[in-house]
Amino acid sequence: MVAFLVRRLALTLPIIWIVVTLVFGLIHMVPGDPVAQMLGEGASVTEVERLRHELGLDRPMLEQYRAYMTGLLQGDMGISFRNQEPVASSILSRYPATMELAVAGTLFSLVLAIPFGVISSVRRGRLADRAIGFFSLLGVSLPSFVLAPLLILLFSIGLGILPVSGRDGFASLILPAVSIGGAFAAFTTRMVRGSMLEEIQQDYVRTARAKGLSERVVLYHHALRNGLIPVLTVIGLQMGAMMAGAMIIETIFSWPGVGRLTIQAIFARDYPLAQGCILAISLTYIFINLITDILYSAVDPRIRYD
Amino acid sequence: MTSLFRGNKLAVAGLVIVAGLIFVAVFATWLAPYDPATQQLMNRLDGPSWQHPFGNDELGRDILSRILLGARVSMRVAATVVLFSSVVGVLVGGLAGYVGGKLDVFVTAVVINSLLAFPGILLVIALVAFLGPGLDRMIFALTITGWVGFARMARGQVLKVKTLEFVEAARALGASNLRIFISHILPNIVQPVLIQTSIGMAGVILAEASLSFLGLGITPPAPSWGAMLNDARTHLFDAPHMVVFPSMALVMTVLSFNFLGDALRDWLDPKNLGK
Repeated sequence: MVAFLVRRLALTLPIIWIVVTLVFGLIHMVPGDPVAQMLGEGASVTEVERLRHELGLDRPMLEQYRAYMTGLLQGDMGISFRNQEPVASSILSRYPATMELAVAGTLFSLVLAIPFGVISSVRRGRLADRAIGFFSLLGVSLPSFVLAPLLILLFSIGLGILPVSGRDGFASLILPAVSIGGAFAAFTTRMVRGSMLEEIQQDYVRTARAKGLSERVVLYHHALRNGLIPVLTVIGLQMGAMMAGAMIIETIFSWPGVGRLTIQAIFARDYPLAQGCILAISLTYIFINLITDILYSAVDPRIRYD
Repeated sequence: MTSLFRGNKLAVAGLVIVAGLIFVAVFATWLAPYDPATQQLMNRLDGPSWQHPFGNDELGRDILSRILLGARVSMRVAATVVLFSSVVGVLVGGLAGYVGGKLDVFVTAVVINSLLAFPGILLVIALVAFLGPGLDRMIFALTITGWVGFARMARGQVLKVKTLEFVEAARALGASNLRIFISHILPNIVQPVLIQTSIGMAGVILAEASLSFLGLGITPPAPSWGAMLNDARTHLFDAPHMVVFPSMALVMTVLSFNFLGDALRDWLDPKNLGK
C-alpha cells in the first residue's frame, strides 16, 4: 500500500508542476500588453509602468517564473488587481461555498443514479430500462444552463417554493445542486447500469441466490458493493468537473463561490485573480482524483498490483 | 449500414434531426423569415405569434430567425473543431501507440495527462479568457482540449490492431512503417473514430453554448444559442419563451448526436454481432 501511495504521488507531482507552469504562462498569452488590457484605454504611461512593475512583468521571464513558484510554495498567489486583496484569501473565503455545491450536487446525482442504475440493470431490455435509458441520455444532453432556468421557471416563479438566487440556508442550495448534479446523475446511472450488468452475471451472485437470500439482499448487499467500485472513480472525476461547472451555475444563481469569482475576475480583466482561481480549481480536481484513486485501491486491492 | 437503423428508432430520429440541422445550417439565411439582427423595439419581448412563431427577444429580434442562424454558428464551430481534433488526435495518438517507447510515454504521460488535469471546460475558459474573444480563438481553445479524447481512443485502438496478424503479414511482405500505419492500421480504427466524432460534435456544441452563455464565445450580435439563453436569463419572469425555444434547439441537437453515437457504439459492439 505504501509503495502504491508513493508511486501515485510521484505521478501526481509532475502533473501539478505542469499545471502550475501552464497557469503561469496564461498571462503571457494575452495578445498585446496584458497591463494595458487590465487598465483599459484611458491609462497613462506612468500608470501602466507602475502596474507592470507591481506585477513583476518588467522582469525577465525566468525570474518571474521563479518568483511565482516560490510565492506559491509560501501560499502567496499574488494580489488581486481590482480590490488589492491577496488572491489566496479571496479564493479561500469563497471556497467553502463551492465545495458545498459540489458535495450537494454529487449526493443528489448518487441518490438518483444508484437506484435507477440498479433497476435498469435488473430489468434489462424491459420498459423500465428503456425509459431510464432514454431519460439518462436526455439528462446527459441537458446542459446545466438550460436545466437551471427551467427549474427556476417551475419552482421559483411558477410554484414560488424555492429562492431564485443567493446562498441562504438549505432551500437556496436545492436548485443549484439539482442543476449541477442533473447531468452527472444521468451519466452515473449509465455507469451503475453497466457495472451492475457485469456483476449480476458473476458466480458469487448465483451462490448468494442459491443460498436462498432475498433478491434485495443479493442486489444491494452483494452485487452493488462490487458494482460501485468502478463508479467510485467516476464520482471523483465528477466532483472535480463540478468545480468547473460551478462557474456557470454560480453565475446563474449568484452563488458566492470560486466559480463565480473566476468569471468576475475574467470580465474585470483581473488576471492575477483569474490565474489564482483557475489554479485553485485545477489543483482541487487533481487532489480529488488522487484521493479517489487511493480509495479505489483501498476498496479493491487488485488495483495496486497493476 | 442498414442494420444500424433497423429497429433502432432513436438512431433514426437522431439521423433525421442531424440531417435536418445540416440542411438548416447550410440554408439558414434563406430559411430565416427575418434578418436575425434587425431590431423591432415595438415587438420587444412579445410571445409567440403567427408573424413570429417563437416570439421576439428583448430587442424585438425574431427568435426563430436567430435560432436558425444560431444552428449555422453551432454546426460550423463543432464541425471545424471536430475535424481538427480528430486529425490531430488520431495522428498523434495513433503514432504514439504505433511507435511506442519514449514517444508513447511522452504523449500519454506528459501531454495528455497534463491536459486532462484540467477539469471539464476550465482549460477552454482559461484559454479564451486570456486569448480574448473571437471565433478563431474559441475554435483554437476547443481544439486544444478536444483532440485529447481522439488521441486516447486512437492510441488504444492502434495498440490493439498493431498486434494482429494482417499487420505482421504486411510487415513480412516488406511494407514500410508509414505504409502499414496509413493503409493497414488507420482504416481499421475508422469505426471508433466515427463514434467519437458523433459524441464529439455533441460535446463541442455544448461547450460552444457554455462559452457563449458566459459571454466568452461568439461576440454579439451574431446569434448563438448560448448567448440567447444568457439574454433570456434576465427575462425569466416576463418572457419565458426566450428560454424555452433556444433550450429546445440546443437539447435536441445534442441529444440527436448522442443518439447517433450510442447507436453506432451498439452497432459496432462485437457483443451485439448477429443481432
